[in-house]
Amino acid sequence: MSTYLTKRLLYMLIILFAASLLIFILYASTPGDFITGNIKLTAERKAELREIYGLNKPVLERYGIWMNNAFHGDFGYSLAQQKPVLQLFNDYIWNSFLLAAVSTFLTWVIAVIVGVISAYKQYSWFDTLVMVAIFAAMSLPSFFIGLFLIKILAVDLKWLPPGGMITTGSHATGLAYLKEVVRHMALPVVVMTLLGLGSLTRYFRSNMIDVLKQDYIRTARAKGLKERKVLFRHALRNALLPAITLVGFELPALFGGSLIIEQIFNWPGIGQLYMKSFGLRDYPLLMGFTMFIAILTVIGTLLSDILYRVADPRVRL
Amino acid sequence: MKHLMKIEGLSTVFHTEEGKVTAVDHVSFQVREGETVCIVGESGCGKSVTAMSIMGLVEAPGGQVNGGQIDFAGEDLLRLDKNTLRAIRGNEIAMIFQEPMSSLNPVMKIGEQIMEPLMVHLKLNKKQARIRAIELITQVGIARPEQIFGSYPHELSGGMLQRIMIAIAVSCSPKLLIADEPTTALDVTIQAQILDMLREFKESGGMSILLITHDLGVVAEMADYVIVMYSGQIVEEGGVVELFNHPKHPYTRGLLKSKPVVGQRLEELYSIPGQVPNPLTLEQSCYFHDRCEHCMPVCRSRQPRLEELGGGQKTACWLYEEAEVHV
Amino acid sequence: MTVDSRLAGLREPQVQRQKSSLFRQSLKRLMKNKLAVAGFGVVVFMFALCFIGPFFSPYADNKINMAMMNKAPSLQHLLGTDALGRDILTRVMQAGRISLTVGLASMVLSVFIGALLGAVAGYYRGIADQIIMRIADLLMTIPGLPLLFIFGALLSEWKVPTDYRMYIVMLMLSIVNWPGLARMVRGQMLSLREREFMQAAVVLGLRDSRKLFHHLLPNVVPLLIVMATLNIGGAILSESVLSFFGLGVMPPTPTWGNMIDAANNMIDFQDHPWLWIPPGLSIFATVIAINIFGDGLRDVLDPKQKR
Repeated sequence: MSTYLTKRLLYMLIILFAASLLIFILYASTPGDFITGNIKLTAERKAELREIYGLNKPVLERYGIWMNNAFHGDFGYSLAQQKPVLQLFNDYIWNSFLLAAVSTFLTWVIAVIVGVISAYKQYSWFDTLVMVAIFAAMSLPSFFIGLFLIKILAVDLKWLPPGGMITTGSHATGLAYLKEVVRHMALPVVVMTLLGLGSLTRYFRSNMIDVLKQDYIRTARAKGLKERKVLFRHALRNALLPAITLVGFELPALFGGSLIIEQIFNWPGIGQLYMKSFGLRDYPLLMGFTMFIAILTVIGTLLSDILYRVADPRVRL
Repeated sequence: MKHLMKIEGLSTVFHTEEGKVTAVDHVSFQVREGETVCIVGESGCGKSVTAMSIMGLVEAPGGQVNGGQIDFAGEDLLRLDKNTLRAIRGNEIAMIFQEPMSSLNPVMKIGEQIMEPLMVHLKLNKKQARIRAIELITQVGIARPEQIFGSYPHELSGGMLQRIMIAIAVSCSPKLLIADEPTTALDVTIQAQILDMLREFKESGGMSILLITHDLGVVAEMADYVIVMYSGQIVEEGGVVELFNHPKHPYTRGLLKSKPVVGQRLEELYSIPGQVPNPLTLEQSCYFHDRCEHCMPVCRSRQPRLEELGGGQKTACWLYEEAEVHV
Repeated sequence: MTVDSRLAGLREPQVQRQKSSLFRQSLKRLMKNKLAVAGFGVVVFMFALCFIGPFFSPYADNKINMAMMNKAPSLQHLLGTDALGRDILTRVMQAGRISLTVGLASMVLSVFIGALLGAVAGYYRGIADQIIMRIADLLMTIPGLPLLFIFGALLSEWKVPTDYRMYIVMLMLSIVNWPGLARMVRGQMLSLREREFMQAAVVLGLRDSRKLFHHLLPNVVPLLIVMATLNIGGAILSESVLSFFGLGVMPPTPTWGNMIDAANNMIDFQDHPWLWIPPGLSIFATVIAINIFGDGLRDVLDPKQKR
């Protein structure tokens, strides 16, 4: 196990290194930079600023500097916001996490319950309905469903605020603040849950269908156990076990925010920060964000692998 | 001897994509108290489905018992409501299966799985159930019962797991134990131990056994009464001694002939020619006719009935009905 | 005539018959899945609507009509008109041509690249496998959407004419999509290699190319067909996201995604919903139909992979 882990970790580092180089070169070759876009500056001032930010050096040299700083825990300085990238991440990431955590939790709870019932009643009208709903959820263009719900629930019916995290100019504190945030969260959480539900429900449904065909379920029934016990004690445990591996894959989504949803709902999360910075070509931030997600992806995959080994009863000792 | 279970005209069908399959076709037999009845036949002849029909576990989708009655201790199992039937399952009628490796839940401890029926049917509390479970593990001949109690199925061998299955089955002292190919998946040496154990429990607990097998060696060792099934129907039945000594139905004879006997090395082992007919395309005929060396015109057009031929033995074959007509 | 060729002559027709009956069997089972048939029906309808529909539209020339600006749906214009007085229904159909073409073409490209590289990696293993799979790992590590955004921005830098942008968008989507496909095909290949019939092929001393193309790839085809179908839906969705954010196909070439861009304008979003809801619903209807059909195909072609 430990040599396996060392190997994996080493490979992870190499992949991340290669990824960072590739991302850096790609960002460096995207047109324009933070300074070009600013029309208030004179040509001399632009050149000066490029000098200061090191934007006139060759790409590889810039990469070297960036990498060297990154190794020392310094991911640079956002040009647009004049703050360290890491500090900005810390400011925005928890808003993203709030959305992602709530919707992930809801997604899992609903997916497990619906998946189990649907599998148990396979081929019933309920199951067919669930299958259609699953496909619908999997086929939703995320930005469109977001806009659509804003239009109906926020603009036309005025039930919920159309975006943001708090009402503009609000100084609410305590419980009132909490209430405000919850109202603003409602729509993006619904959309994110909806988007995640399809594949996860389907996963639990098919897992459960497989488990229900197993010999030990027949044994449980032959023992005279109640159907509820057969389902939730014997079957669900087995159907949930492989899902542990999914936890790792949720990692980037949990902390990385959602570019599209945060943008549509004007949610002050890390995804929206990225979208803003992309327009401004704020490279340190873009680079930092992309690497952050890449690192989360790699760690998540490793975590899934390890959890899978832990979860499989034939390996567990 | 009084009968414990009497099955009358049991039929079970499966609705498949290709059409309706009658897996059990008007089967009638009885199991007396303290008796071991064996059902023999090739795979797919309906013997397992018969067992599952008795348990009320013919699995949807598509499977359905659609006729007959199963009289068990004075009640018709097919007409009981779900809850009453569940109270009988695992309690008065218990069952063990062919694959011990997959018949126990891989993520639950052995002990927990033995305790379940004790708590459900005998209403023991956790503590009592635990003590009883450990006793049961000892009774099925496993050393270090406490350790086994806390282990998971994958840590045990197939033979051990089948013992555990037996422990679960006998935990509520059932009147009838249905054993569906209980030794098929096990090594020969273990097979004998398992069969011995079943016999011991039968004798000490006074229970009856319905043993389903394709192994005539097992039949010879265990059975009091033998039922031979072919294509969902009973083709012959009788006491074990009569049936082995005087098999009447050509199929039974074929089965017995294909069993190798030590000391008789033949050029070629006997096997019944042909294959089991496709259950989708069965027609009004003796289902065995195209594999039978005595096939007559009548065999192709009419189905023989199960007739008593003396000595309690019954056979469904035109050879004997014809003979009666002629004599 | 050698014994071998005579044998081959004897065997071929039988194989042929089996193949067609296998195909017919699959088709029969697919027809029984009413949901899948309905899905297929909707897909065919959407294709027909987009590719044939504009020929029957009196507004297909997209003439600017200042008298008919931003009109709500009416009998004359079933889905209303846009800021230039163009008919939305006609625009949706024309946009569908592009969106469907991009989805279909990028699927073909990703499946081609993915299947080829995956097969090579899984069959030859060794260095080829190492190189291909490391590149795949690398691409899968970098988050997809930022990667597409960068490509989109690069497109603008290279001053690609808007007419050609759709081809580059296809290429972009394929670059992001092939690694997953390659990984799956490789896995399938690795497990097939170990199966008995492949060992038989080795014992028979068949050539590499014959083993690869006659024995291994055909066994991957059902999986590929299923993945390809589901991939079209994904590609249509990705294209719409990119075009919505102005990084994919750009006006005047209409796609469903860049039509929804109208919603970025506060007034159009609130007061002219007919500008952006019809293309959104078109995406939804098409993708759900493709997914349902693809799932039905999976049940028939690849029952083990039900997930």
